[in-house]
Amino acid sequence: MTHAASPRTYVIVLLALLALTVVTTVVAHIDLGPGNSAVAMLIAVVKMLLVMLFFMHIRYEARLTRLFAGAGLLWLLFMIGLVMADVLSRNWR
Amino acid sequence: MSSKTVEPVSETPVNYLNASFGLRSWLLTIDHKRIALLYLVTITLFFFVGGVFALLIRLELLTPRGDLFTAETYNKLFTMHGLIMIFFFLIPAVPAVLGNFLVPLMIGARDLAFPRINLLSYYIYAVGGTFTMYSVVAGGVDTGWTFYTPYSSTYSNTHVTAMVIGIFITGFSSILTGLNFIVTIHKMRAPGLTWFRLPLFLWSIYATSIIMILGTPSVAMALALVAMERLLHIGIFDPRLGGDPLLFQHLFWFYSHPAVYIMILPGMGIVSEIVPCFSRKRIFGYSFVAFSSLAIAVLGFLVWGHHMFVAGQSIYAGIIFSALSFLVAIPSAVKVFNWTATLYKGSVSFATPMLYALGFIGLFTIGGLTGLVLATLGLDIHVHDTYFVIAHFHYIMVGGMVMAYLGGIHFWWPKITGRLYPDSWGRLAAAIIFIGFNLTFFPQFIVGYLGMPRRYHVYPPEFQVLNVFSTAGASILGVGYLLPLLYLFWSLKYGAKSPANPWDATGLEWMAPSPPPTQNFPVTPLVAWEAYEYEKREVPVA
Repeated sequence: MTHAASPRTYVIVLLALLALTVVTTVVAHIDLGPGNSAVAMLIAVVKMLLVMLFFMHIRYEARLTRLFAGAGLLWLLFMIGLVMADVLSRNWR
Repeated sequence: MSSKTVEPVSETPVNYLNASFGLRSWLLTIDHKRIALLYLVTITLFFFVGGVFALLIRLELLTPRGDLFTAETYNKLFTMHGLIMIFFFLIPAVPAVLGNFLVPLMIGARDLAFPRINLLSYYIYAVGGTFTMYSVVAGGVDTGWTFYTPYSSTYSNTHVTAMVIGIFITGFSSILTGLNFIVTIHKMRAPGLTWFRLPLFLWSIYATSIIMILGTPSVAMALALVAMERLLHIGIFDPRLGGDPLLFQHLFWFYSHPAVYIMILPGMGIVSEIVPCFSRKRIFGYSFVAFSSLAIAVLGFLVWGHHMFVAGQSIYAGIIFSALSFLVAIPSAVKVFNWTATLYKGSVSFATPMLYALGFIGLFTIGGLTGLVLATLGLDIHVHDTYFVIAHFHYIMVGGMVMAYLGGIHFWWPKITGRLYPDSWGRLAAAIIFIGFNLTFFPQFIVGYLGMPRRYHVYPPEFQVLNVFSTAGASILGVGYLLPLLYLFWSLKYGAKSPANPWDATGLEWMAPSPPPTQNFPVTPLVAWEAYEYEKREVPVA
């Protein structure tokens, strides 16, 4: 049922993940002000998607599997979104 | 049943109970029905351990002074009562016992999709339980079942780490069980058994499984972080180390509020089976009841902040969580109205399971409506952390979930064991439990509203009368819970043999013999009928 990718694809994805790790490390030494977190999160999201789509085979799986993987992401958004609704609006001095 | 084996000695047909003998055949079984019984025994054990802690709490609260236990011991008693009851009884009870037994039978399958993972999940549960019992025996935990930081992560000198590890491990049992049910329900339904022909018990088990696999990792991580902060002093929750104590409450309740739906949804599924059977009527509004389970599973994840109204959460977040909490009442009410409408003009009879189901409907409604009081921002400030909360929670969990669980055990007992229990004893026990329950917990609404806080072993003398009522009720409730243990055990040996379908109920599980053979169905059934066709009485019986 599952058509896994070729070894070549896996190697490319691995190299991409390693490259993104290097980028994260390099960027950590540059002060981007409020952009620090944004850039780090952006890279992390790209890496997560690569892992999900290729290493976890979501790209090649049936719709039902994708639905459940998507549900996992949606639930993560519920959690982060509503926690942030509190943290960002707290009456801190 | 296949009749190829010659059984000259015994006239009992081969079933899952007598198919093989010996400890090994039980402890290494991959038969979902035997695994369900392993869970039944273990969970019952935990229920009575948790119950002993509850009785000790009530004994201390008989008098206003702290004359039986020190404050420290009392803290441990209510903590361990909560932890054992929630993580080792309420969460696994219906899914792991009745779910394991019934899911394959109800869909016409021979077993769950992953029988070995099913056995693994039992052993993970047992290992987690062992850690927890070690923590109890070694001296206990005093943080409250909620493990609030920074007390749990920095200050408590009790066995928090072992307890946290136990619950962390048990979480994986829950995840594996949920995964097994979801795959089984998707992939292994008998031909013709479409989604909208499924018994509603399966819809609620399905919704429960979704919560289990999407929520449990979050509490596991939150508890792992507490253990890491205790052991390695990583600053996650401790403000002195740059952490945020409220973050723990967010992560904890992100799972633990949906967890109350893990506990109550399967109970609602049981009631949805019992009410049509003893009203001899199709359930009112099948699809509304089915989708309300899914709605509860989703909305249940959006309400956790109502536990944090006075914890320092922002007012803005409080308003959002309050509004979302009101929303979750809608699908719950849909169910209550639909069960009631099913009773209307039905041919209602009052066998033991039905008494429990009716008890559930009434007590769950009281528990649910008082939940709305607690979800109201202003009112919650008055009653938060009082006995009002304790009463509300126990109306849902004990009045709701435990009643439903006992109803389910009594409903399917003839299927599980092949024996009938004495119905008059069953009805007596149900009545005693109902009376004992209300006497225990209704006074707590009043005493809580008057201002008695939870988690103290002393209280002002003016609250004593209500507390005496409550303790008296708890002892009646204790007797009520012992009775089924006795007569159900009795029925194993002396009960009359049960036919395949003693209640004349619909559902594939009743077409298998009682008790079912290991393979459940010799031939995969073909389903050409809707669930709950009680008005048409040509439901096939094997």
